Order: sequence, then C-alpha cells, then structure tokens
Amino acid sequence: MNIIVPIKLVPDLVEELSIDTCGNALDTAWMRLILSEFDDHAIEQAILLKEKDGATVTVVGPDVDGIDDVLFGASAKGADRLIKITGDFNVGMPNHAFTSGLKDVINALQPDLVLTGVQAHNDLDGTVGGLLAEHLGMPYVGYISAVSVSGGKALVKKEYPGGLLAEMEVTLPAVLGIQAAEAPPRYVAISKVRQAMKTGSIDEESAGEMDPAGGPTVERMYLPEAAGRATMIEGDPQAVVARLIEIFKEAGVL
Amino acid sequence: MSQDIYVIVEHLRGQVADITYVMLAGARVLSQGSGGKVKAVLCGHNAQALAKSLAADEVLYLDSPALADFTSEAYQKALAPIITEHQPRAVLFGSTSIGADLASSLSVRLSLPLVNSCSTFEPDGKFVSQICGGKIMADGALPAPSSLVTMIPGGYKPEQGQTAQPSTVTSVPVSALDGLRVVLKNYIEPEAGDVDISKEAVIISVGRGVQNQDNIALVEELAQALGGVVAGSRPVVDQGWLPASRLIGKSGKAVKPKLYLALGISGAPEHVEAITGSEMIVAVNTDPTAPIFSLAKYGSEQNMFDLLPDLVEQVRQAKG
Amino acid sequence: MTSTAVTGNLSFTKEFYASLLEMEDGERIRTCLQCGSCSGICPFGYLMDYPPGLIITTLRADVYDEVLQTDSPWMCVSCYACSQVCPSKIPITAALMTRTKEELLLAGKVPTELQSALENSQRYGNPLGESPRKRSEWTTGLEPPVAIMGLAKRPVDVLWFVGDYPSYHPRVQMTAKSLAKILNALGVDFGILGPEENSDGDSQRLAGERGLFEMLAEKNGRIFSKYEFNEIITTDPHAYNALKNIYPTLEITYPVKHVTEYLYERLDQLKPLLKREVKAKVTYHDPCYLGRVNGVYDAPRELLAAIPGVELIEMAHTRTNSLCCGGGGGGMWMDGFHWEKAHVRLSEWRVREAVTAGAEILAVACPYEPPRFEDASKMVKEAGQLMVKDIVELLAESIEL
Repeated sequence: MNIIVPIKLVPDLVEELSIDTCGNALDTAWMRLILSEFDDHAIEQAILLKEKDGATVTVVGPDVDGIDDVLFGASAKGADRLIKITGDFNVGMPNHAFTSGLKDVINALQPDLVLTGVQAHNDLDGTVGGLLAEHLGMPYVGYISAVSVSGGKALVKKEYPGGLLAEMEVTLPAVLGIQAAEAPPRYVAISKVRQAMKTGSIDEESAGEMDPAGGPTVERMYLPEAAGRATMIEGDPQAVVARLIEIFKEAGVL
Repeated sequence: MSQDIYVIVEHLRGQVADITYVMLAGARVLSQGSGGKVKAVLCGHNAQALAKSLAADEVLYLDSPALADFTSEAYQKALAPIITEHQPRAVLFGSTSIGADLASSLSVRLSLPLVNSCSTFEPDGKFVSQICGGKIMADGALPAPSSLVTMIPGGYKPEQGQTAQPSTVTSVPVSALDGLRVVLKNYIEPEAGDVDISKEAVIISVGRGVQNQDNIALVEELAQALGGVVAGSRPVVDQGWLPASRLIGKSGKAVKPKLYLALGISGAPEHVEAITGSEMIVAVNTDPTAPIFSLAKYGSEQNMFDLLPDLVEQVRQAKG
Repeated sequence: MTSTAVTGNLSFTKEFYASLLEMEDGERIRTCLQCGSCSGICPFGYLMDYPPGLIITTLRADVYDEVLQTDSPWMCVSCYACSQVCPSKIPITAALMTRTKEELLLAGKVPTELQSALENSQRYGNPLGESPRKRSEWTTGLEPPVAIMGLAKRPVDVLWFVGDYPSYHPRVQMTAKSLAKILNALGVDFGILGPEENSDGDSQRLAGERGLFEMLAEKNGRIFSKYEFNEIITTDPHAYNALKNIYPTLEITYPVKHVTEYLYERLDQLKPLLKREVKAKVTYHDPCYLGRVNGVYDAPRELLAAIPGVELIEMAHTRTNSLCCGGGGGGMWMDGFHWEKAHVRLSEWRVREAVTAGAEILAVACPYEPPRFEDASKMVKEAGQLMVKDIVELLAESIEL
C-alpha cells in the first residue's frame, strides 16, 4: 500500500504574532515555522499503518524554512521517502495555491491513501485535505481518529461532537483528514534524527502551477481587541476567595 | 445567479445542530445587504420534520435514502448541481465534521472561492474570520459573485436562527447517488458517561494548569460543595485524567451552565466555542494574557492551588 | 504510561553490556556483589519492577530485554544515592540507569510528559516551551541593567549561566534577581547570554537524550566562544555538573563554579554587607548535583552561617545521604507519571523532614527546589509556616537589597 502524507508548516504560536506593516498579512520577520499539529498525527497514523500492514510512507512538504528538519524527523520515525517540493512557497499562501502546486507531484506517486491533517490553524481558504482530494478525483473524509485498511477499502472512525463516532467505509484511493492518530505522535530521539540526516536524503520535485484564486482577499488582519475583558479580582488569595463567594451568590449557585 | 444566501443544514440522528441556527442568523445579516432570500438546504431521507424550526425564507429539501445519514460524497453530489444552477451569493457550511467535509472539495469542484472560519458578517458582504488559535482576526469582502463559507460558532446565538413559524418547504429533485465510495457502516456511542455535563448548572472545568490527576480530587471537592460537576479541556481528557464524557470543546460537549468556573484553562477557540452558552464565566489562570479572560465576566491571576482549599471551606460554610 | 509501538529488536543484552563497559569506570560493573545496597537506598526502589541491583542481575542472566518491557526505569530520578553507596563504586546512575533510559527512549517508550519537555528543549532551548526571545525578560527593571553579552559586546569578568528555571519560572526568577543584586553589591563585572543561552541539557542527558544534550552543548559552546570572560558561574547545580564535568568531554572547557562556591570565596567581602538579621532556624537541603555528585557541602553552609540571626540545623538525611527532591533525571517533568506510580512525592518527604527538624526556613541552592518544595509544603499539613528560600535570596535579604 502506497501512503502519501502531504504536510504544511505553520506559524509557531509560542512566538508572538504580529501584523505586517501592509496591514493584511502576518509579519514573517520573526516568525518561526512548526509542523502543523494535525499533520504530525497524519505522519504517526501513516507509520502505524506501515507497522501493521507493511505500507510505504512518503512524506511531502513545501520548501520553506525548517522543512528539512521536519522531513528528517519523519524519516527517523519510519517514513520511507521524503519529498521537498520547490517553488514559490511562503507561509501565508492560500491552500488553494498550495494544493494546486502539490497535486501533480502527488498524482504521479499513485497513492492508495493520502493522509493529511484535518486542518491547520492558518487555514483561511479551506483545508489541504478537502481541496487536494478534489484535485486528485478522490473521496474525502475528515475528522478521522482511526484507520484500518483491507481489500482496497479503508475502514475509518469519524469524530462527531459529544464523543460520537461514525464508522465509514471508504473505497481507495482516498484522502483522509486526520484529527488524531490512534496513538499520540511518538517521540524520536535526536540521535536518530541526526542519523537520518547523515544517511538519508530528500528528493526534490518542482511544484506545479500555483493558482492563487480560490480564497478571500484579506483587507485587514489584526489582533483581537480584548472585546470586553473580565473584571479582575485583586488582592491576596484570601481576598480573592471572599470575592468568589460573593460572585457565586451573584450567579445564583450559592 | 442570485443574491440568495444558502445555509447547508447540519443534522445528526434526528437533531438539527446548533451551528445550523448560527448560520441562519448570519445568513439573515448577509441577505439584508444582498437583497436575496435565506434558503436552508436540508438533505436527508424522510427528514422534512427537521425543517420546522429553521428560520429561513424557504427550505430546499433534498430527499434520498443515500442522504439519510451524512456522508461526504453523497452530500457533495447532491449539493453540487443546485449550487451550480443557482449560484447563490453565499453558501454557508459549518466549520464542523459535516460542513468541513464538504466545503473545500466543493470549492474546487465548482470553482467557487471559499472563506474559512467566519464568525460574523456585515450586510454589505464583509466577513470576519478567526485564525491561528483565535489570536488573529482577518476581515474582507466575501468574493463576488458567489462564495462558499465555513462558519464557527460564537458570533450569533442559535436562538437568532430559530423560528416557531415554519417556512415553505420546497422539494428539490436529487440526482442519482450511486457508486458511492464513502459508505456509513454504523455509529459508535460514547461510553455511557456518569453525567451529562451539557445539562449541569454548575461546571468547574480544568485545563493543563491542573497539572496532574491527583489535583483533580481537590477540584472535585469544590464541585461537590457547589453541587456541580468537574469537566475538562482536551489536554486533560487526552491524558486520561477525566473520562471522555467530561470533555468540553469542539469534539466534546457544549455546555450552558449558570456558572462556568475555568481553572487553568487558557481559552483556545476549540474549547471556548463550547462554553459561550454559559450564563456566567469566571476564570482563574496565572497567565494574564490567556484568551479566556476576554470571555469571562470575572477573573483572577492567582494560582488555583492557592485558592482551592480555602474556597472549598468557605463554600461549605456558606451552604451551612 | 502512554507508550507507542516498539520498533526494532530489543534482544541485545550482550551489546548493551558491552556498551556499559566502555563508559568511564564502566568495567566496575563486573565487580557487583549483588549486595542490594543500591536498590535499598533508591528512593523509589521499592516501586521499581527492576531496581538497579536487579538490572545488573538481568544483565548477567542475559535477560536485560525484560527491563525494557517495563516503564519502571523512568522512576529513577538520577539522584546518585545508589552510586554513592555502592561498595564497588559502579557508576550506576551515569552508566547503567542513563543508558537504560536511553534505550527506552530510542525505542520511543517515553512518558508523554517527558516527551513534551524534550521536544520543547530541542525546539525552544528550554524544557518549559517558552520563547527563546524572552529568556532575559526577567532582567527588566533591574538597576543597574544586567549586561547581555550580545548587546553589551564587551568582555566581562564573570559569565553567569542563568539556566532555564531562573530565566522563565516566576518563582525562580526571584532567585535570579536576588543574585543580580548581590553581584552588583560586590562590584562583580558580569554578563549573561540572554536569548543566546540554551538549556545546559544535563537533566535531559540523564533522561536518556544523549543526542539532545550534545546538540544543546554544541550550541552553548559556539556561543561561549563568541565572548570573552574569565570564568562561568551558575545558580544551577545541574548546569554546574554539565559545564564542569561533561562539556569538557565535548571539547568545551571553561572554569566554572556554582554560585555558592563563588560567593564563599568572597565571604570576607560579603560578610560586612550582611547587616540585617534573618532570625530563623534554617535547614539546608543538599542538592544532589552540588552535594553527592560534586562534593560541595560546606560552602553553602558557611554562607548561611554568616547571616546574622541564622541558626543552622541539619535534617535527618544530610550531606552524602541527603534525600532527593525528585527532580533529577527527567523527574522535574514527570510529576504526573511519578504520582500515578507512587502516590507519594519525594519533595513532600523532604519537607516533612525539614518540619521534623524544627526548621522555619528550608534553604536551597538549586532552581528546581523553590517550586518543588513550595508545592510540597502546600500538601504537607504541618508545613504551613515553612518558608523555602534560595541561599542567594537569604543573602540578599540580609544585605537589605
């Protein structure tokens, strides 16, 4: 089974985000990029399937700052092949453009299963999985928290609110949007990643034409104004506790 | 091409989801500016009854056995022709396990632009979206002449999209839905929880700040003293410190208590969207920049462990 | 413990044993008497499926794999009590326990809490996951301003390696500020690395992440070589241990002292400044990495004794048999995991000892301690009045700073 995992790097929210002087995009000067959390789960789910059923796993990412480390990390976890797509990528680019740049490379790999994170926190014009699926002519199911494959079909668990799950059968090839891998993304020792860097390699492919149309034109990006902020309770713990008792009475629960 | 605003109705096992009503409220705002009608699009099988509370000018009803339960491919195939034919000004989907399975694929299939994560609109067609964990807002104009949109809760109250006067239901023929590659096999219920937190009046919720399972016992004491229950955000449940039935958030339950006391919860959007129905929110977090403080009525920067023992004592005394 | 699928072949007792023999003093493992002292003195030995002595047994019986099927090695807090008491002087902590954790880690069998700390260390240069750009924010408002080497661009006499917790943890930042004031009062020409400083990596090393340690050490080494200074001092015994004993094996060698050694050398200069009385019964907790591991027991005590009003008393466990707070070897980041297994905390034991000894102040010299012991004293009923203070905080109080 041939599994492809397209990944995206997104702004690391540990660093404070600021707006670019043009007013409608993020300032990338100090921005650090990190693997999108759900893509990390997609990589993990792919490796789990490989361990269970013996698939080949190819991880595909855009040529942005930090991509090599991320790809080698995936290889240290067990990915078989790493592909870096070169082209005019930047972190603010719409997913429509991103996926149109990726689709020919992924098509050429003839995937049986494409696993990608169900969403990324900077998705302003759709999700990579949903857009890519249509480009590839494959069905898409998102919010997946379990996958097993047999007889050319994937049996998946799809998450609904309140802990409800729907078990669905998807005919391959298909694209799945991973919400959670069946086990949390494993830890990989730095020495293993360094080993992967020494002995492994990253293939390069050019991106296809990247059509930016398909998303909104952002007029303004801004940090949310604390639209009404909580009245903060001052004083030492004793004073705070006393005030909380009054507040509980105000709420009608005491 | 029309100036109508379409809302794709989300329903699960006989119940219309709250996000649908939120979308209807948002659609109403957009229709005021566009001059078109609000049309709810209901896909299902023998599901006409679900139309009656939808505050729309018209409900377009598509019936097929293949649409009885949501599956992405069937719904996409059913919806694509109507959207293509009518080219509404905007089509609203929920940013959910249902809507998000449809919007992106339809965007490519129908070559229509898509705007994600919208919380509110203006009549003139302006949208406001939240991205990056709620830390960044973006606004602009919904691309003309026709856009797809996914909406998150919080901008409008579900009550604003509900009605006691059912609107006209128009049956729309559905194209053949065969050769489907996505098939529902069955549903799996969540573990029978001890309590249904969505019905509780007092909820004390813990986040990462609780640090470990042992500390939850202390929070339990407070909950008991106040006659409420303990719930938690995703990190706490993922660690196994609380059962899944206590999860509050996008993939857990939405709650509407009289009092929601958030201890050590930062207020990430996936959590916050599930507590906006609370009558009063009080937040305790040592981080003064935690987003939860924008939502809470009262807040304290104290360490929750400095407050809890004394607070439990005082509550017990107050109750007598 | 949340563990992931084990990959790779774990049946390699002989390979593992051979790797131990190659470590410093590793061949001493051949002379193990199986006396059981190590397992007996280990603070969590009673909980481990395989306490240290039993691990050696499995090595000899060629069934070491069994140890790696359990998660009990993660109960080891690298406190060196076993190494201290071993009659054959086997480097149990440094060689056996560290390499065992390394093997578990290579197989991906790591408690989730520890995983986050390690990933944060790699990504942000500190286990807390804080932005590296904010590493010297604790200096804001201090007068005179603390010299940050990258901005000051001049040689200094003393490079102060601040450490992760004094830089970022609100409680321990107070210790850092106290030391800045003392150094100024003594007229010391010092600087800090600020955002260029990375975690020393020692606890991560002892938690089995050798690769991460080397990466952090290499980064720190490159930064050190950019600047001119005569010696390094540090508030953190873990950093002290790394800089003094392990970095030189990576060709990064600088003279380094723990702050208590540095200040003790200047006691003549310091003493006249200690004007205000700190009238209290003070007991001193020997940090594992200052005491047992590096033999520094007297300097901290002399500093405390020099403070007017201080009555220095000892707890039942003291000096070489001091009780660990539970923070070493990754323990600082595994509170949940340790709690699930033990339902006691080593830090609470120690606080009880301090109370039993009649102490009013528990004096510490390691940045892990203030948060650990303060949390513990909230859980120990009799410890309501016990105060936890770093030695430099007490000195600063006495200098009326």
